[in-house]
Amino acid sequence: MSFINYASREINCKIVYYGPGLCGKTTNLQYIYNKTNPETKGKLISLSTETDRTLFFDFLPLSLGEIRGFKTRFHLYTVPGQVFYDASRKLILKGVDGVVFVADSQVERMEANIESFDNLRINLAEQGYDLNKIPAVMQYNKRDLPNAVSVDELRSQLNPRSVPEYQAVAPTGVGVFDTLKAVAKLVLTELRKGG
Amino acid sequence: MGQQLVMYDEEYNRINAVCDRLTKDANAKVVFLVDKNGQLISAAGQTQNIDTTSLASLTAGNVAAMGGLAKLIGEAEFPNQFHEGSKDSLYMTIVGSRVVLVVIFDARTSLGLVRLRVKKAADELGKIFEALIKKTDAPGGLGSPFAEISDDDIDNLFSE
Repeated sequence: MSFINYASREINCKIVYYGPGLCGKTTNLQYIYNKTNPETKGKLISLSTETDRTLFFDFLPLSLGEIRGFKTRFHLYTVPGQVFYDASRKLILKGVDGVVFVADSQVERMEANIESFDNLRINLAEQGYDLNKIPAVMQYNKRDLPNAVSVDELRSQLNPRSVPEYQAVAPTGVGVFDTLKAVAKLVLTELRKGG
Repeated sequence: MGQQLVMYDEEYNRINAVCDRLTKDANAKVVFLVDKNGQLISAAGQTQNIDTTSLASLTAGNVAAMGGLAKLIGEAEFPNQFHEGSKDSLYMTIVGSRVVLVVIFDARTSLGLVRLRVKKAADELGKIFEALIKKTDAPGGLGSPFAEISDDDIDNLFSE
């Protein structure tokens, strides 16, 4: 849920990057962190294991500038992708305003993508959100890999709602900001409706 | 779905006053008020060397994780938490099941005093948030300041 502060004229929104383990959620945040001006971002916090797997979440606060005199801030979170961290994933979805689903394009990860997507739908529903209504963007990551399946195939399995979709290579930044901008726009558009 | 948190000048000033007073009464270093979703609402005391945004997010993560643990053992939540450090310690209290009051303190005060003062402040804050929610729900409220924004406004945010 966004937080509108009339006193300090700020608006804060929460965006969650979701997807199967090792699909590149943290890499998306790291790229955004590395490529934004120091004055527009806060610290990137990663609660991860010794082997750099996300344990609880990554967090990156980002300022996008002002709309009608209100400072617009986005709090970007990732969830831990590994299946057994489901309890933690549910907690991070609390108060979410928009979701980015990061799919791993590799053919051997198709099943993991579908499982994670179903998991997202279930966990959102538990919080009272509907995946068919919440602002959402699909990112097909790892497009540079030789074993990537076609976008058509990914789309047919993961994007029945036809939300905005982007092809990405997160370590080099391809598609990363396009994805972020798209979800931020959807969230702001939802706010306009009084969401 | 949870309810959107909207803050108005009047309540904001009252909340800041309660946090300021708590800092002094408890002899604390810093007092924070954080929304359970990780948004910072108010900060008082020696905040200059603290990354308040990160603190808010980690507080919310901590409270969410402890809330999950509480449910596993059949408790609704753990309303109070105390973390003891070698120099600074941290005390957290959930207010009105919606926000978290965080007090950072050192050896100049005691856990007992902090707990006592926090309880009083939490009661006051609880009332302010109740009033705030009523106000947000009231017909003819201010609503979203974004109701009138245009596509251009949104696009302008992303022009580099």
